[in-house]
Amino acid sequence: MRVMCAMSGGVDSSVAALLLKEAGHDVVGVTMKLWGGESDTGCCSVSDVDDARRVAQQLDIDHLVFNFGDDFNEHVVEPYVAAHSQGITPNPCIECNRSIKFARLAERADLLGFDAVATGHHAIIGRTATGAYTIERGADAGKDQSYVVHMLDQAQLARTMFPVGRMQKTELRSIAAAIGLRTATKPDSQDVCFITSTGGRATFLGDRIPFRPATVVDGDGDRLGEVEAVELVTVGQRKRLGLPGGGPKRYAIGVDVDAAVVTVGSETDLLRTELDVANITWVDAPQVDGPTAERRPADRVLVQTSAHGTPHAAKITAAGEGLNVLWDSEQRVVAPGQSVVFYDLTDRLVLGGGIAR
Amino acid sequence: MRVDSLDPVTITYLDCAATNPMRPAAIEAMLPYLREDYANPSGSHRFARRARRAIDESRDVVAAIVGCQPGEVVFTGGGTESDNMAVVGAVRRTGGAAVCTAVEHPAVLEVVELHGGVVVGVDHVGRVDLDELTAVLEERGPEVAIVSVMAVNNEVGTINDIEAVARIVRRHAPHALLHSDAVQAACWLDLRDVTRHVDLMSLSAHKFGGPKGVGVLVERGGARVDPLIVGGGQERQRRSGTQNTGGIVATAVALELTDAERVAEAVRLTPIRDRLVGRLTTEVDDCIETVPAEYKVAGSAHVCFDGLESEALLFLLDEDGICASAASSCASGAMDPSHVLAAMGVPRERAVGALRLTLGHETSDDHIDRAADVIVAAVAKLRR
Repeated sequence: MRVMCAMSGGVDSSVAALLLKEAGHDVVGVTMKLWGGESDTGCCSVSDVDDARRVAQQLDIDHLVFNFGDDFNEHVVEPYVAAHSQGITPNPCIECNRSIKFARLAERADLLGFDAVATGHHAIIGRTATGAYTIERGADAGKDQSYVVHMLDQAQLARTMFPVGRMQKTELRSIAAAIGLRTATKPDSQDVCFITSTGGRATFLGDRIPFRPATVVDGDGDRLGEVEAVELVTVGQRKRLGLPGGGPKRYAIGVDVDAAVVTVGSETDLLRTELDVANITWVDAPQVDGPTAERRPADRVLVQTSAHGTPHAAKITAAGEGLNVLWDSEQRVVAPGQSVVFYDLTDRLVLGGGIAR
Repeated sequence: MRVDSLDPVTITYLDCAATNPMRPAAIEAMLPYLREDYANPSGSHRFARRARRAIDESRDVVAAIVGCQPGEVVFTGGGTESDNMAVVGAVRRTGGAAVCTAVEHPAVLEVVELHGGVVVGVDHVGRVDLDELTAVLEERGPEVAIVSVMAVNNEVGTINDIEAVARIVRRHAPHALLHSDAVQAACWLDLRDVTRHVDLMSLSAHKFGGPKGVGVLVERGGARVDPLIVGGGQERQRRSGTQNTGGIVATAVALELTDAERVAEAVRLTPIRDRLVGRLTTEVDDCIETVPAEYKVAGSAHVCFDGLESEALLFLLDEDGICASAASSCASGAMDPSHVLAAMGVPRERAVGALRLTLGHETSDDHIDRAADVIVAAVAKLRR
């Protein structure tokens, strides 16, 4: 097969390219230039592109750089900024997967005659007895990334490969080290690529949207303090709420951006019995624009609400355009905008997912 | 057909504005200075004097071709260094402002912007807007240290009227230095016609069949800018660092050959280039020639395909052994939207479908036929 391997300059995608080549595929490595803004150390994260290119040279495969900066800005950065001004905190890495890696890049690959796009994600694409594609958790539980690729449907999965999904990270690093890849010991990337570690989210958003101060109140509406930017407060947050130290732990339990009011309460005030989820996608959906809430494959599922969060059992039922999650036991509130992913009760298969309302 | 080799039979090289193949005579000329005549030209022994003589003879050759005195030729480490030295050196020397056009190579444009200079717009074919230049100099003339206007644009091949630029600069900013980046002009224009109007001019050897890593900055008629690289005082204090003897010798050889063949090459390549553009614009729907031939040098073909992305097109061309380019590349290899096309007023959605095909002394009729066949088929594939 002709496979386009998305190479970020990290060890996972380096080894993904290696494994594809060893399996006899015709592999071309591609690094996407997505962000040319401040957080980059130079032009187009030059050092990451350098790493990817050097690995491709060592593997004797062609390497290209595609500039999807405009698309990234339109589909990831601008929605991220706009969401914050509405009190919503999206996961930009998931939106990048949804609209860039498995859409824009995949379309480009298709156009150029490639059979599949491969990435270094820790997830497994399997097949059922009837031939349907499945997404399983990656073999390395600590590195599992099935959560961030949950939006893929059957058509996309048929043209996607996750070559390192069945491997342990340590194993993968030793393979990379054994053939002398310069990415073998490179640390895992942790943060959102367009936000600097020094400036953080506050600086990034502050350059783009006007921050509004908000009053911090308790459950009775009594004023306790003030925060400088209501746009930076996320439900569940405990720090930076403008409250004096000491006393009981208090959390943001409600953020009303329009009224510029943050309500705080105790940890138990964060607990919810239900969760509404919109923008539902199902892995078994036959096409990208077909998924509806009615097509849910199971009533009882495990629900994961953050990249490395613990899944909890719940019952899901159709509710309008979306789904209602009824937790078996009370769970912490999920900030609006977060991705919510459904797994089967064995906690192995991704069923689908959506976005918390 | 997928091409995996660099066999000249299967490779069609149409990226001569990026770099030209070295002329064999230039390679031969530099080899002795890499092998036996390796001495440092600044040394005081007979061995060193041989290297020194080779450099001085090369300087004479370059001076004669560009139309200046040998003492006005400074050998540098490349075109970018020459451009940087001109702009930074002028700004440092006088503390004045820098002015350039919006379509300059980044080696000029980035430096001017870095120093808070003024960027002057261009017309729809990429020529400097003389009215705007006049207005800028009328307003800020006394504080302007340097005006930089490229002789030939690297992306679209447009020729600037340097004589007209000079008239404006001399009139409205008589104390300013006029610099021209002639890196893309060397193969196509008589450099004497550029030099006579300017104070400073940059060349890059690898664009005309010389080696990479050698540039020239001409400092004419007593024009002086502060050196960028200081140290041992080579090149009469203008540019320190042990001279690249072999590279300088090869540069002179390549420039001599280029100058000798220049007129004939333009005559030979003009119809070839026109045929290439003609085939593309007639055989491909929505293929627009960016700049009409009358405004540009003979080796430059530049078209935009509507509804297409250069990155995808270049991949398919590369697969079939056609070496071309789109806009200028940044350090990562990603293609950034062209600042040149933007300045010319080409809409961004059209600019993303740009294709630059640049011809040179090794380009033949056969190359053009092959390239046109492949491009027509690739565009059809991408638009299916």
